Amino acid sequence: MKFALNDEQRDFAKSLDDLLGAADVPAAARAWGEGDHAAGRKLWTRLADLGVHGLCVPEDAGGLGATPVDVVVAFEQLGRHLVPGPHVESIVVAPVVLAAVDPGALERLASGELVVTLAAPPHTPYALDADIADLVLLLDGGTLCTATAGALHRSVDTARRLFPVTAAEHLATLPEDTVAAAFDAAALACSAQLLGAGERLLAEAVEYAKTRRQFGRAIGEFQALKHALADVRVGLDFARPLLYGAALSLGSADSARDTSAAKVAAADAAYRAARTALQVHGAIGYTLEHDLGLWITKVRALVSAWGTPSVHRTRVLAALGTA
Amino acid sequence: MNLDFTEGELAFRDEAREWLREHVPAGPMPPLDTAEGFAARREWEATLAAARWSVVAWPEKYHGRDASMVEWVLFEEEYYRSGAPVRAAQNGISLLAPIIFEHGTPEQQDRYLPAMADGTEIWAQAWSEPEAGSDLASIRSTATRDEARGGWLLNGQKTWSSRAAFADRAFGLFRSDPTAERHRGLTYFLFPLDAEGLSIRPIAQLDGHPGFAELFFDDVFVPDADVLGAPGDGWRVAMSTAGNERGLSLRSPGRFCAAADRLLALWRERGAGHPHLRDRVVDAWLAAQAYRLYTWGTVTRLAAGGDVGAHGSVNKLFWSQLDVGLHEVALDLLGPESELRDEPWLDGYLFSLSGPIYAGTNEIQRNIVAERLLGLPKGGRGR
Ligand SMILES: Cc1cc2nc3c(=O)[nH]c(=O)nc-3n(C[C@H](O)[C@H](O)[C@H](O)COP(=O)(O)OP(=O)(O)OC[C@H]3O[C@@H](n4cnc5c(N)ncnc54)[C@H](O)[C@@H]3O)c2cc1C
Repeated sequence: MKFALNDEQRDFAKSLDDLLGAADVPAAARAWGEGDHAAGRKLWTRLADLGVHGLCVPEDAGGLGATPVDVVVAFEQLGRHLVPGPHVESIVVAPVVLAAVDPGALERLASGELVVTLAAPPHTPYALDADIADLVLLLDGGTLCTATAGALHRSVDTARRLFPVTAAEHLATLPEDTVAAAFDAAALACSAQLLGAGERLLAEAVEYAKTRRQFGRAIGEFQALKHALADVRVGLDFARPLLYGAALSLGSADSARDTSAAKVAAADAAYRAARTALQVHGAIGYTLEHDLGLWITKVRALVSAWGTPSVHRTRVLAALGTA
Repeated sequence: MNLDFTEGELAFRDEAREWLREHVPAGPMPPLDTAEGFAARREWEATLAAARWSVVAWPEKYHGRDASMVEWVLFEEEYYRSGAPVRAAQNGISLLAPIIFEHGTPEQQDRYLPAMADGTEIWAQAWSEPEAGSDLASIRSTATRDEARGGWLLNGQKTWSSRAAFADRAFGLFRSDPTAERHRGLTYFLFPLDAEGLSIRPIAQLDGHPGFAELFFDDVFVPDADVLGAPGDGWRVAMSTAGNERGLSLRSPGRFCAAADRLLALWRERGAGHPHLRDRVVDAWLAAQAYRLYTWGTVTRLAAGGDVGAHGSVNKLFWSQLDVGLHEVALDLLGPESELRDEPWLDGYLFSLSGPIYAGTNEIQRNIVAERLLGLPKGGRGR
């Protein structure tokens, strides 16, 4: 029993953190929201070079065939740094749904060359970033089709560009467990992004509380803020083990229960982090100029992406045999 | 990363499960905070000890099994899953024993650990005073030197001492040097609760049971042999294991997992009538799961030589709130019957309400998390 990341996984997280920390990701996210994808595409390629896009692609198809734990590690960094793009779709979902249909696509997915997005109603009714995707899919129940995108719908998170889709060419009818596996993997990756975003929001709020002064002292000396931030720490610390627990049980009989538990906990913890970070920052955090809002709105969007908390709580109870 | 156990660990767990299945008394015991409940548990402690299940992580020399931390946590899961009662000996085993192991003389270890393991000597904690709660370092009860008899005379008053009315011995801090700074000049003493000059007044708790007691000291003599650590070093001795819990006093996740399982059973029975409680039932189960997994993370860290440190405060905040939340939703499910005094969930609920207060209030824990983990500045006086 060793319920902790190994050195390799920690190094992987660190190299992603370094890479993304050095890039001006918030600027890329802002530009992405305005339809200027250049900086975001550059990040996409650099992440692919680090192996992120090959995580869920088997080794014999040019990927890394990594574990779900590695995927969680990567997506936590994507969330922490606000990286825009259809990552959950291309990195996590596409390898699962395309494996049987178009094995040749896997290699191009792993290299980052192929950008895939998809809608999977009812929980994921819009395709993210369909305007830049090479392949737009619709997964409706078990029916997998290519799809054409309609007009852009704006998200609360400006960097999430959502498109309604209509089915075009029928590709395959996927078995139920493939569809379930794709959904669980997506929900888990999304949870990891939430955790990363929550960690970043806490870090930003703590930093601000140490420097911002009112009444002649750092606002971080005030117990009301201290206690609110401590509660954020507790929430994130206890969401994390659920996330890794779910990564370990992905694909097992407990997969639905555990990924849903992870999504609920990560969404709650990140949402609390967002609300608290805004409160700690005061009005400055409520401006469009300040980057904080980018994370706050991202978290709000991810809370309901790939299954709302209500959907996931229902799944937990159903899995416990008590629905 | 994995949650796999070795064959040895699984065999250990199975042996415990089997033994507990055969020996855990059927039906609930009287409440722990009553004389009858305490007596029933003494018997249970002895049964546990006779089969060497009372302190599995201790060395064999002291009735333990030298169990690893993983085995210890597995045992605790089995213990609570089996319906076994909360231990009367827990204060001694989880709070005092680690300190005796670390700071006690070999004589003290031989004298106190075996009797603690088999329940013949049950310990109470005598730290709090009427004027020293959260600010524990402000204690006023004194220890004055008695050179002639080779020991100390204790005077003053302690309070909120859990089950001191039924226990045999107590451990506590006393001010032995009034001229020293607040945290200095305190000494850690071990003493019998039937000592001459010591009087005890039980105090009823919210649940009506005399779970607390006040202790009044009037020249109570304690020989040098019952000073734990060096005189004047009591604060450091007491705190050395308070943060670094060494696994022995990790709050067992088994308790909360067992309660979450009972909550689910209650939901199956009554959930249909309360659809709006669904989310809270899920959240309670989820929190118990999170706590179990978090504990395995802590065990991994400790096994690798790390320590708990201020993360102990994160842990305390979480379990105390989880415990209250779990019981609150159970009471809501029970509806009007939840107020009935013989409803077991009600006992659990009343007990859970004390979680955010004892072992350092949650406000104090939040201060520790904010200052030591988040690095926020200390504000004003106090901590
Ligand atoms: C069930 C139970 C069992 C107990 N068992 C024992 C035992 O066996 N032995 C023993 O010695 N003691 C025991 N205690 C006592 C316990 O340790 C104290 O109650 C606790 O330390 C708080 O002290 P207090 O009650 O004096 O509250 P106070 O310290 O007076 O606090 C009152 C309130 O003020 C808040 N407060 C105080 N200081 C600060 C601060 N700096 N910042 C923010 N808020 C602050 C507290 O959080 C609390 O909300 C037990 C208590 C309970 C409830």
